[in-house]
Amino acid sequence: MQKTSILNIQSLIPDRQTFTRSFRIAAWLGWQIESNWTDPFLFAVYSIAKPLAGAAILVVMYSIITNGAFESPIFPYIYLGNAFYMYVGGVMTGISWAVIDDREHYKTLKYMYVAPIHMPTYLLGRGVARFIVSSISVLITILFGVAFLHVKIDLAAVNWGLFFVSLLIGVLMLAMMGLMLAGITLLIAQHVWFIGDITAGALYLFSGAIFPLDVLPRFLRPVGFFMPITYWLELLRRSLVGSVAQAFPTLSGFSNAQLMGILLALTTVFAVLAAVIFFWCEHRARERGMIDMVTNY
Amino acid sequence: MNPEKWPADNMGFPPDKNTGLRLFLQTVIARAYPRIIGQQREKSWVFFDIFLPLLAVSAYVFVYRAIGAPEEYVGFVVMGGAMTAFWMNVLWSMSSQLYWEKEMGNLSLYIMAPNSMMAILLGMALGGLVATTLRALAITVLGSWLFEIPYAVASFGQLFLVFMLAMIALYGMGMLFASLFLLLSREAWHLSNLAQEPVYLFSGFYFPIKSFNFWVAATASIIPLTLGLDAMRQLVFPSGAALGFLSVPVEIGILAALCVIFLTAAKLLLEHMEKLAIREGRLTESRR
Repeated sequence: MQKTSILNIQSLIPDRQTFTRSFRIAAWLGWQIESNWTDPFLFAVYSIAKPLAGAAILVVMYSIITNGAFESPIFPYIYLGNAFYMYVGGVMTGISWAVIDDREHYKTLKYMYVAPIHMPTYLLGRGVARFIVSSISVLITILFGVAFLHVKIDLAAVNWGLFFVSLLIGVLMLAMMGLMLAGITLLIAQHVWFIGDITAGALYLFSGAIFPLDVLPRFLRPVGFFMPITYWLELLRRSLVGSVAQAFPTLSGFSNAQLMGILLALTTVFAVLAAVIFFWCEHRARERGMIDMVTNY
Repeated sequence: MNPEKWPADNMGFPPDKNTGLRLFLQTVIARAYPRIIGQQREKSWVFFDIFLPLLAVSAYVFVYRAIGAPEEYVGFVVMGGAMTAFWMNVLWSMSSQLYWEKEMGNLSLYIMAPNSMMAILLGMALGGLVATTLRALAITVLGSWLFEIPYAVASFGQLFLVFMLAMIALYGMGMLFASLFLLLSREAWHLSNLAQEPVYLFSGFYFPIKSFNFWVAATASIIPLTLGLDAMRQLVFPSGAALGFLSVPVEIGILAALCVIFLTAAKLLLEHMEKLAIREGRLTESRR
C-alpha cells in the first residue's frame, strides 16, 4: 500500500480560487449554523447575555472588595483583558469546533474531504461566524464599561494603528491555535467537547487576562511569558488605555515595539506549529480511517 | 420466550415481573447504574470534570488576590467552583438528556417500555448526583489544599440538611427542564450553553449573593443553588453569617418548598410532554 506524504506544498497553500471558494462558503455555512437556530432577536440576546454575564461576575467581585473603586488602574486592566479574551474562546474554539460539528453532529466531515475545497481554509472560514459574534460581544462589553463603569477610553488618545495591527495579528494567532486544536480533534474520540474549553481555560489563567502575571506563583509565570496571548492583550490595553500599562510591573519594561516583535515572533512559531500539527494529525486520521468516525461519545 | 423454557418453579406460568413500586425502584436503579458505573469505567472523565472547574476557580482566586480581597472570599470561590459541577451536571446531563436520548433514538424505547418516565428521570438524577458529589468533593479538597482555605463548621447537621435539600430541589429543577428542553428541541443545546454564566452571576457562585439588591437576590433564589450556596457558606466560614442573604433556618424552609414545587412541576410537565409527543408523533423526529 502506497503511503501518502504528510506534507506537500500543494496541500499547504491552496490556489487563490480554491482559497476564496473554501473560505467564503465556510464562512457562510458557519454563520448559518451559528445563527439560524432561532429568530434574530433571541440570537442577539444569546450572543450578548453570555459574555456580559461573564464580565459582570468580575465587575461584581471587584466592586464588593473595592467598594466600587472603578477609577483604579487594575479595573480597566481586568475589564479590558476579560473583554478581549472573548476572542480566544470565539476564534480558537470556533475553528476546532467545526471538526466536532461536522464529524459528530452533522456527520458531513467525510463529504467535506471529498469536496474540491482546501480543508484548513474551510476550517478557518468556519471560525468567521464566531469571530463576528465575538467582535459584537467585545464591542458591547467595552461600551458598557465606558458608559456605566468608568472605563476611561479617550478616543482621541487611542493609538488606533497599534490597536488594529495588534488585533489583526492576535486574531491570526488565535486562528492558528484553533487549527492546531482542530488537528488534534481529528485524532481523538473522547473528550473532544472539552478540548477547546480546557485550552481556553488554561490560557485564561496563564495569560494575565484578568490579573497581572505577578499574582501567579513564581513557578507558573514562565508559562504566561511563553504565550502570545499575554503580549497581545498587553498591546491592546496599551493602545486603548496607555496609563494601565505603567501601573503593573510585569511587562512595563518592554516598549510597544518590543511587545509587537515578541507577538509577531510567537505568532510565527505558532503558525508553523499549527501547520505541522494539523497536517500530521490529518495524515494520521486519514491513515487510521478516522475522518468519517462517529463516536457518539 | 418459549413456554417450555419457563422455570419449573413457576408451574407453567410466565415468569414474575416487577410492577408498581418494585418496577419503579428497579427503573431508578437501572438508570442510575450507568451514570455511577460509567464513571468508574472511564476515569478520564474525572480529570476533565475536576480540572475544568479548578481552572476557573484558580482564575477567580487570583483576581481576588490581585485586588486584595479578604481570604474568606477565596473560600467562597472554591465552594462556588465545586458547586458549578452540580449546575453543569443538571444542565448537560439532566435538562438536555431527553433531547440527546431522542437524537440517539432511545427516547421512544423509554416511552414504549412499561416503566415510569419519572423513574427514569429520578434514576438519572440519582446517578448524576452521586457521581457529581464525588467530583465536587474532589474540587473542594484540591481547592482547599491549593489555596489553604480555613473552615469552621457551625453545624454539621444543618450543613447536611441544606446540601440535601438544595440537591433535591436542583435535580427536581433538572427533571422539569428535561421535559421543557425536549419540547424546545434543538434550541436545548443553546439554552444550556446560555444558562451557564448568567446563572453563575445571579446565583453568586463566586461572591456572596447579599451583594445584590434584595429583589435581585430573591428572584435568583428560584435557582436552588443560590440559597443552598448562601446557607452552606454561612455554615462553614467564620464570617459567612455576616455575609449571608437570609438566616439559615429561613433558607432551609425555602429550599424545602422549592423541592416540593420542582418535583411536582416536573411530574406534571413530564405527563404533558409524553401526551404531546405521542399525539404529535415527535418522539422519533430529529431536527439538526
